[in-house]
Amino acid sequence: MLDNLSVRGRIFDIQRFSTHDGPGIRTIVFLKGCALRCRWCCNPESQSYEIETMMQNGKPKIMGKDVRVEEVLREVLQDRPYYNRSGGGITLSGGESLLQPDFAVALLKACKENGINTAIETTGFANADVIKRFLPYLDTVLMDIKHINSDKHKEFTTQPNERILENAKLIAETAKKLIVRVPVIPTFNDTVAEIAEIAAFAAELPNVNEIHLLPYHNMGRDKYTGLGREYGMGDIKSPTNELMQVLKQTAEQFGLKVQIGG
Amino acid sequence: MPYTYTKNIEKSPRIQRLIDHLYAKMPEIEADRAVLITESYKATEGQPIVLRRALAFAHILENLPITIRPEELIVGSNSKAPRGCQVFPEYSYEWLEAEFDTVATRSADPFYISEETKAKLREVYPYWKGKTTSELATSYMSPEALAAIEHNIFTVGNYFYNGIGHFTVDYGKVLAVGYKGIIAEANEALNSLDVADADYASRSAFLQAVIISCDAVINYADRYATLAKQMAAAEADANRREELLKIAANCARVPRYGAESFYEACQSFWFIQMLLQVESSGHSISPGRFDQYMNPYFEKDLAAGKITREFAQELVDCIWVKLNDLNKVRDAASAEGFAGYSLFQNLIAGGQDKYGNDATNDVSFMCINATLHVMLPMPSFSVRVWNGSPHEFLLRAAEVTRTGVGLPAYYNDEVIIPSLMSRGVTLEDARNYNIIGCVEPQAPAKTDGWHDAAFFNMCRPLELVFSNGVDKGVQVGLRTGELQEFTTFEKFYDAYKAQMNYFIKLLVNADNAIDMAHARRCPLPYQSCMIEDCIGRGKSLQEGGAVYNFTGPQGFGIANMTDALMAVKTLVYDKKVLKLCELKEALDNNFGLDMDSATAERLTKTVAQKLVADGKTLTEEDIKSIYFAVSKNSASDDDKKRYGEILEMIQELPKYGNDNPEIDAFARDVAYTYTRPLENYKNPRGGMFQAGLYPVSANVPLGAQTGATPDGRAAYTPIADGVGPAAGRDIKGPTAAANSVAKLDHLIASNGTLFNMKFHPSALAGQSGLESFVALVRGFFDQKGMHMQFNVVSRETLRDAQKNPEKYKSLVVRVAGYSALFTTLSRSLQDDIISRTEQGGF
Repeated sequence: MLDNLSVRGRIFDIQRFSTHDGPGIRTIVFLKGCALRCRWCCNPESQSYEIETMMQNGKPKIMGKDVRVEEVLREVLQDRPYYNRSGGGITLSGGESLLQPDFAVALLKACKENGINTAIETTGFANADVIKRFLPYLDTVLMDIKHINSDKHKEFTTQPNERILENAKLIAETAKKLIVRVPVIPTFNDTVAEIAEIAAFAAELPNVNEIHLLPYHNMGRDKYTGLGREYGMGDIKSPTNELMQVLKQTAEQFGLKVQIGG
Repeated sequence: MPYTYTKNIEKSPRIQRLIDHLYAKMPEIEADRAVLITESYKATEGQPIVLRRALAFAHILENLPITIRPEELIVGSNSKAPRGCQVFPEYSYEWLEAEFDTVATRSADPFYISEETKAKLREVYPYWKGKTTSELATSYMSPEALAAIEHNIFTVGNYFYNGIGHFTVDYGKVLAVGYKGIIAEANEALNSLDVADADYASRSAFLQAVIISCDAVINYADRYATLAKQMAAAEADANRREELLKIAANCARVPRYGAESFYEACQSFWFIQMLLQVESSGHSISPGRFDQYMNPYFEKDLAAGKITREFAQELVDCIWVKLNDLNKVRDAASAEGFAGYSLFQNLIAGGQDKYGNDATNDVSFMCINATLHVMLPMPSFSVRVWNGSPHEFLLRAAEVTRTGVGLPAYYNDEVIIPSLMSRGVTLEDARNYNIIGCVEPQAPAKTDGWHDAAFFNMCRPLELVFSNGVDKGVQVGLRTGELQEFTTFEKFYDAYKAQMNYFIKLLVNADNAIDMAHARRCPLPYQSCMIEDCIGRGKSLQEGGAVYNFTGPQGFGIANMTDALMAVKTLVYDKKVLKLCELKEALDNNFGLDMDSATAERLTKTVAQKLVADGKTLTEEDIKSIYFAVSKNSASDDDKKRYGEILEMIQELPKYGNDNPEIDAFARDVAYTYTRPLENYKNPRGGMFQAGLYPVSANVPLGAQTGATPDGRAAYTPIADGVGPAAGRDIKGPTAAANSVAKLDHLIASNGTLFNMKFHPSALAGQSGLESFVALVRGFFDQKGMHMQFNVVSRETLRDAQKNPEKYKSLVVRVAGYSALFTTLSRSLQDDIISRTEQGGF
């Protein structure tokens, strides 16, 4: 059996001093590869598991790198004083960490052994057995519920949502803390009715009392160009503050603590 | 229930009106003090210098015009015009006479000066020829030191041209016993002397000088009492009449006697603070732990029902406004280095008491409120942080940071206390530290710290390694060898250390020369009587009267030198892809780069001024051709390509500021090349040298005298500020930059280190933004960082302020160890502030 710290995985970025992805000051490790292809995704370089070249400010940049748990852990530990002072830690993001369970679980385990708070940002799109391997090593799960209507979910993300909703129940029952996150995407789910459906679902989940509404932004747009891909969202604008406030009130009616932004 | 009541007190409408009045006009230079001191000096020739100083001080305070500005509650101004300034010919004067016609139009810190004032100053100046501290200092300096200054290796201009300042007096003692109490103490010391004592002459002269000075201050306050009474009699408004009568009563009692109320304590504090700046032109006279010595008066009045929190806050706010009424004119070059009309009056809140308990109190919070209410550069407001600091206190301080005013600066007790103790300060005194000026820690009321003794440009000795010690055709440095002799990196690095050691020695020579000159020509009895143990030892601060004596010159350029030496090591010695001579050629040709427009403009101006001074007349065409000549790189295209490739190799190397253990360890060692040798030297006051690591804003003008460096820095551009990474080279975010900085040895830099970080306003949004900010400060301090300060303002805002300065008259930014009005800074310093990396991400 492989030594835990030697397990290899594929990441495309490590971002320190993040304050919007779980409690406190955090280091986000972005894993490469995702099963969904959300039209609005602001990290298109995260989607394919393959290592790619992306043009950035006129220069080619290699996206994707194979690393060992130990290398990532060393960098994560460098900000330990800030985690200690803020209640922060590591957040696995992506891409989708559930698609690299050996690496992700090994990394989370190593972090817990070092007393680091752990979180994951996930689509929840995986086999329940895979998810069960993660949960013992996670302090916080940030999970997207993008839409309740499976057809519409599939239209915008290329995957249906039944398994996601099932997994949400599993995670809610087992995880220490689950926060539901909703990317608020114009033309997809930015109506009171659609947000109300999601909030109703979230409120029904055991132990869940918090939901984050993340307004769409187009800051990932240049990355599509840099990868030679087309941006599926065209010129769609971010939802207005007024709309976000209305949606916040909508979700609050279900007894949830609602936060706009991460 | 601590602090809750003083946490959020509203700003009284009076405060904004006081500020508007203060900033209505450009500050003005006034001649009264110069005329009065000349009169007095002429009348006292032949007497002991310390007595002459006291008599001059008394003559000035007897005759200096006094004024009470509209609506003031705390009174006392050393100039008729708001934010006006007096001048100090006993230190130096020639520069001002030379700049009479440009001082109102120069880019950094302009001052209005009337023809009448010029005439008065021209009349007194001839008397001072040969009598100034600067002239005596020059005559004490070694020729090698003078050459090093001439060649811009370091500058000692601050104390060469001006008084020393940089101390904190025992405000608490004066508040408690008044100057009558100090006079009694001096009399007692005087009575204990025996006329046959060996040092009777100097001791008795000093003690008499103290008594004369204290009496002068009492009389000066009396003049204000009389003026306030007269104004009350003529005042139509009944409220204002009451206020003026109260002012008259205050000034009749304090600072003659101990203060009996918070209001009296405030007025007494102000007379002390203001008059210290009449005695000498030294700046950074720092109020220090205002919350500690003022809180007892507040608590007592509050318990007795004699004061409301709102009125107490208004008084504190009034003091904050008054601290901006004091001003100082510096020579044009120094004004660039200390830009922003700053007097660096550092005032600090929070921290521990002498027993090690947390000392945060109600007045600590009122200090934060006042900073928020007034939003001006003074005081240089600081906050002490330790493991026991109340979280709510730091959160409230973070709210000030969020406004973008550049205040407060945060200081780490856990580093500074042991650092001071390593210099011989007792545990109790070290726990009671405050900050002087920019970032310099000292034990208050016991120290003559000479904290801003010099700026030492650590990049220049490296230039001299490349030229075997020759600068502009002169052998200024050591002959450390030709480049081909450096067969290993160790040999190259040793050559750098040898140049460093040599210039550090010359720096010590220059500082000690100036130190002697001040002791001989400008002993200052007034400030000395409030610093232990001057009365006991019977000598002034300048002659070594303080308990603790230091000299603290600043080194800067650590980031550049780390990256530069690392580039040499990696490319020349480890990878062997570059020869030293090739690197030298690229440096000499500025990597084939053209000058950026700001640098070219500045160089053009310098060349043109020199030609004009040599008697040449210049047409617009001439100036254009100079500009073209300095801005265009004359290297051939082939050479430019080669230099460009070298630059690219350098730029691709990892840099300091990204939490890279190998580079950060090296940075620590590079800093030692400055901090360690200095520890070996002594000053004439019996104290030691201790290094600081920060440039104030001198990294810009001194960078303009420094050619291209092997870290890829272009010629004549700014050097990195403080101990932070070079601008734009930290790419892994604020925690990584902070971790790199924390790995320097801050304890050995006991004269202070300075770490600037720049944030976008959105970075501190919301409660969670404040929480993250506090955690960032604490996390940096947990790793033994010493100081941290922040600019929270967007690049767009700063760019817009450059274009439309009239819209941003009150935009305050953090420059170095202090904040200044952005629009008063020179263009190149503005550009430097904009280019410092802006950290996003909260």
